[in-house]
Amino acid sequence: MKARLILSDGTVFEGCSFGAKKLVIGEVVFNTGMTGYQEVLTDPSYFGQLVCMTYPIQGNYGVNDIDCESHQPWVSGFIVREWCHQPSNWRCQRSLDLYLSDNGITGIAGIDTRRLTRILRERGVMVGAIVPGNDTDIDAYREQMAAFAIVNAVPAVSCNQTIVYPAEGEILFKVALLDYGRKQNIVRSLTRRGCEVTQLPASTEAKDILSGGYDGIMLSNGPGDPAENTQIIAQLKTLMQSGMPIFGICLGHQLLALAAGAKTEKLKYGHRGANHPVKDLRLDRTFITSQNHGYAVVFDSVTPDMGQVTHVNLNDNTVEGIKYKDLPIFSVQYHPEACPGPADNAYLFDQFIDLMKGGNR
Amino acid sequence: MPLRNDIKKVLVIGSGPIVIGQAAEFDYAGTQACRSLKEEGLEVVLINSNPATIMTDPDVADQVYIEPLNTDFIKKIIEIEHPDSILPTLGGQTGLNLAMELAEDGYLDRSGVKLLGATPQTIKKAEDRQAFRETMMAISEPIVPSGVVQTIEEAMELATEIGYPVIVRPAYTLGGTGGGIASDEEELREIARTGLYASRVGQVLIERCISGWKEIEYEVMRDGKGNVITVCNMENLDPVGVHTGDSIVVAPSQTLSDKEYQMLRSSSLNIITALGIEGGCNVQFALNPDSFEYAVIEVNPRVSRSSALASKATGYPIARVAAKIAVGYGLDEIPNSVTGQTCACFEPTLDYCVVKFPKWPFDKFVYANRTLGTQMKATGEVMSIAQNFEAALMKAVRSAEINMQYLCLSKLTALSDGEIDELLSHCDDERIFVVAEALRRGITPQRIFEITKIDTWFTDRINRLIEMERRLSSETIDRALYDEAKTLSFPDNVIEKLSGNPAPWYRYASFKMVDTCAAEFEAQTPYYYSSWDEACEVQPSDNKKLIVFGSGPIRIGQGIEFDYCSVHCVWATRAAGYQTIIVNNNPETVSTDFDTSDRLYFEPLTPEDVASIIEAEHPDGAIVQFGGQTAIKLAGYMESMNLPILGTPAWSIDAAEDREIFDRILKDCGIERPAGGTVYTEEEAVDMARHLGYPVLVRPSYVLGGQGMDIAMCDDDIREFMGIINRVKQEHPVLIDKYLMGKELEVDAICDGETILIPGIMEHIERAGIHSGDSISVYPPQSLSDHHRDAIVEYTCSLAEALKVIGLVNVQFVLYNDKIYVIEVNPRSSRTIPYISKVTGVPMVDLATRCILGEKLADMGYGGGLYPEADYVAVKVPVFSFEKLHNVDTHLGPEMKSTGEVLGVARTFSESLYKGLLAAGMKLGSSGGVLLTVRDTDKDELVPIAERFQKLGFELFATEGTAGYLNSHLIPCQMVRKSHEPQPNIISLLDSGKITYMVSTSSKGRQPWRAEVQMRRKAVERSIVCLTSLDTASALVQSLESGIQVADIEPINIALLSRRK
Repeated sequence: MKARLILSDGTVFEGCSFGAKKLVIGEVVFNTGMTGYQEVLTDPSYFGQLVCMTYPIQGNYGVNDIDCESHQPWVSGFIVREWCHQPSNWRCQRSLDLYLSDNGITGIAGIDTRRLTRILRERGVMVGAIVPGNDTDIDAYREQMAAFAIVNAVPAVSCNQTIVYPAEGEILFKVALLDYGRKQNIVRSLTRRGCEVTQLPASTEAKDILSGGYDGIMLSNGPGDPAENTQIIAQLKTLMQSGMPIFGICLGHQLLALAAGAKTEKLKYGHRGANHPVKDLRLDRTFITSQNHGYAVVFDSVTPDMGQVTHVNLNDNTVEGIKYKDLPIFSVQYHPEACPGPADNAYLFDQFIDLMKGGNR
Repeated sequence: MPLRNDIKKVLVIGSGPIVIGQAAEFDYAGTQACRSLKEEGLEVVLINSNPATIMTDPDVADQVYIEPLNTDFIKKIIEIEHPDSILPTLGGQTGLNLAMELAEDGYLDRSGVKLLGATPQTIKKAEDRQAFRETMMAISEPIVPSGVVQTIEEAMELATEIGYPVIVRPAYTLGGTGGGIASDEEELREIARTGLYASRVGQVLIERCISGWKEIEYEVMRDGKGNVITVCNMENLDPVGVHTGDSIVVAPSQTLSDKEYQMLRSSSLNIITALGIEGGCNVQFALNPDSFEYAVIEVNPRVSRSSALASKATGYPIARVAAKIAVGYGLDEIPNSVTGQTCACFEPTLDYCVVKFPKWPFDKFVYANRTLGTQMKATGEVMSIAQNFEAALMKAVRSAEINMQYLCLSKLTALSDGEIDELLSHCDDERIFVVAEALRRGITPQRIFEITKIDTWFTDRINRLIEMERRLSSETIDRALYDEAKTLSFPDNVIEKLSGNPAPWYRYASFKMVDTCAAEFEAQTPYYYSSWDEACEVQPSDNKKLIVFGSGPIRIGQGIEFDYCSVHCVWATRAAGYQTIIVNNNPETVSTDFDTSDRLYFEPLTPEDVASIIEAEHPDGAIVQFGGQTAIKLAGYMESMNLPILGTPAWSIDAAEDREIFDRILKDCGIERPAGGTVYTEEEAVDMARHLGYPVLVRPSYVLGGQGMDIAMCDDDIREFMGIINRVKQEHPVLIDKYLMGKELEVDAICDGETILIPGIMEHIERAGIHSGDSISVYPPQSLSDHHRDAIVEYTCSLAEALKVIGLVNVQFVLYNDKIYVIEVNPRSSRTIPYISKVTGVPMVDLATRCILGEKLADMGYGGGLYPEADYVAVKVPVFSFEKLHNVDTHLGPEMKSTGEVLGVARTFSESLYKGLLAAGMKLGSSGGVLLTVRDTDKDELVPIAERFQKLGFELFATEGTAGYLNSHLIPCQMVRKSHEPQPNIISLLDSGKITYMVSTSSKGRQPWRAEVQMRRKAVERSIVCLTSLDTASALVQSLESGIQVADIEPINIALLSRRK
């Protein structure tokens, strides 16, 4: 079946439908990782987005039940040059196509993904629609596209109930994980280090967290515009003053910055991939990181009394990490939990453990 | 960290001659690194014995020594130049081993020279088997169960413990020389013995055989701060068991999930960190296809063939960055020169698929054992880029110049299904085509996996190609089908062949850019590959534009020399103000470096592929005379595309190859050539040979390196040779010439259309009959009379004029019975250009290119005629890779066998010959035994040579006939029994270690089962210098007689020769 990808600037790509066959509208973004499509699909941070993979052959190793970063795929649509009909890997359980159609995710294949990427690079991310079938009346979707925005993203992906994940081995610390759209490997990274992780809904109030008997708070990644989460930000202000060790990742990092009084801005086309160099200014070391974000903390809004920028992106000098002044709180914009991407930054979880031990940073 | 201030002058060690396992990739890496160092204001001293390299150009390094690559000469150069440091990680295994020797004997410490990039401890940890195992265990990286042994008995014991089959890997060798897989005690005994012998340190590793696991490689980099990155990972289509140099390799990996990809990536980074490498490193893994189990197979703490491939596959200049790291920079301080805006501390991401396909020499070595294993056999490789694996594989097959347009090997079509199934278990150079044929017969990917262990992902993809073949031959071709075939890279001629009709459409390809970042950032460096998308990223420009065709994969007969010429041509056209486009497909070369040309197209060199580039670029002209036969073959098509060929016109190339036209030209010029004629069939050939009288020379036209060329002594020879030649369909007739056994002479000349400049004449030590690429060549001639020299100059001038040469021309002569005959004329660059340019100081390609662009020699400050002789004698000595190619007869003949060359430069002939032989790897012992066994026709000439050996104090041994002959001439000589006779015989004598030199000629050879061939193979195994021509033997004796000692020889700075102009 044919399908088209329509961009809000009027560009139309003709391709073939795969996965589910329903019309979807979302924000079109690209990811440059060469592996890890299953992790991308199931990362809640992609909520509301039509994700284009720049690597041209997707689905080579199929999809399994283990590598999911959450219980379902969250992308609104998946854009590839080519999907693999006969995947091959010892853990493969089904093809990418089957996985997408089983989960109602619309895909489009057979388009010039490099051209699409260049358009997004030059003009910035924009709203688009994947229209399966032979519908010729493209204009009909223009209005819908114009009205589209990613809103209430965090409530849409956060859990409703508290879930406790037991520590591997002896319980060393109890950690409250605020689920703004957390990836499973954040949980694994902590339980593996002896943390009992209590996953809490994003809307959990500060007082309930502080009375929960936790040693530290983990703020997860998540989708959408960080500034729309005003209630969460208000709660974070309380948490930040509690003296409790806090580690924020991605959206968690942005929310902390907003709570501290800094600002966030939308990037032209974001950072999505597994190859972004980030310099840890204190160590004078550069690490390759896994990234997925469309917003960033405004560099100059991080004032010296608030804290210091500890990590910067070497490609565009954006803020990648903050240490808050006189507080046991730090955060990074990228994904030390990897999945997909390099595991080189797992040391940050160790630093969080050190903080909970009462060590200084 | 900025540039270290304790580094001012760096010695770079090159990798020496091209041999199997160590090819042009080190010239590419070395050149890039030298330029990167010079950019920092450092003075670069270079040593390399290989004159055909760009790195030995005076523009690339400041001081250039073309000297034997051994510690004696390196020490001499250190004493002249006083460098403060050595960069040993660019010269392959050769460079690394030499640096280790210098470090181990304390010389570097004593002379205060630092080792950059890798410390001796690092090198030892990576290279010494035991140290490597200990290092891996210390960081919990899994390795294959194994042990290091020093004797055959220990090997047997260990193998029993870990279980057969086992792999034997000698320590400190390149390309796995002397290794192999042993499945029982008997095989192990044999392989362990050669392995122990091949190892520099007398050690071999015996390990559990994990053949069938996936073979995955990572190219990683680390700087002095400890920053680590991965440049690229690669997956071998052929599982563990086939040397990676002989495997079809794909980048990035295709069948690894993110978990597996990251697991091996982290492991690579742990390893480079543990080894403390500052620069690049290659890590090879075996990955169990059914679990997360993996094992580290090998680590190379230096740039390598794989790093060259990774550089070209990603656009990331590994050698350049490695050099910057070695002199102090951090990865975060080095700019990414491809994007121009990001830094080198990032990981390239690909939005295309890359396939590397090896180029094997079995078309030349028809009797060689083609089985692939742990010993690399390929001489070169091609790389292709496409948006899917299928298209990349199709492009690679086209690029490899193996007479194939798609995956259909015609000789397989006649075989039964059963035979195809059986052939699948034979792992040789043609297995990929057997796989394709098996799929065509309906054998399933699963069945193929069971036999070959090739992942079904790859076979399913190849099956898509087979499916497309089926559709093209059975369906009506509509636009959708045609487009689909094009996206799988089916050429129009294949579409037409399969459908039996003209293609209903013809489309030009569009082009996409290789930019290291999958279009995330804007790129500065235009490096393109073809696609079938609508959107084309080539920006048309209004500049004057030229297109230069490269020479494709390195093979015997068309080596690195042609890349040298192509690169210089590109540089000269750029200097003249043209925008220059290069098309080539060889990832090992300087010509495909991202900044050599203005625009690089990584594409097959076929008419259809090239047509799309011409359509996209609209160049003003094409230059074909520097890219060997590969580029020359395109000349005719350029005319049909209305693209002017600059320089010598296409018809001259035909005229020089066409027997009748060329005879007419010779007649007009009053020049003689050996009598001969052209034939098509075997019977015509026999008639022609009888008419001319034996011996005759048989050869196909339009080939380089004398492919299929041989001397026939009788009708049977003719039949054998014609059979071999006609295995490949011949478009042109076969040439039969009377064979004149005289002195061979050769010139390369530059012609601007009016004036002809001959930089120098070369004289071959061996008489005609040994291919010019395999003979020792001397500049200037040592025994040429004035009138013969004048005749050569005159003939060259009149031929250049008659052929309307503009640019380069190469002419080969034979001096026979006091008369000069022309053997052949090649109106194009030749393999001697780099060496003559270097020793005469005449920048031949630069001048020739400027002539092609319309300048006159006089305006460039050069006159006509023979250029004044240089103050030095230069001797070019061929280098062979016989130890890698079992069953190949080492006897030299008209078909070229050498893979590379070295140069000896000195004030006298004897000294330069000595240097040349030494550089070629000969152990020039001054005592011991000489084994002589020659054909009857050589016995007379052997007598004086034998006598001279004896006077030098050598003990002579000979087989019955030869011994008797020498004894009858009163030369003491011991008779040795032949190999089939009881011991002690010739084989046990060779094994005894008593023999220093062997002189062996036979009237018949080639077939591996012949006793003479086996005896010569034995000499190869035992590293005994074996000469198969009395002329070479005589030259060697002369050199020994001169009593030259290494201590007396002075190294010569070649850069000074070029600067005298």
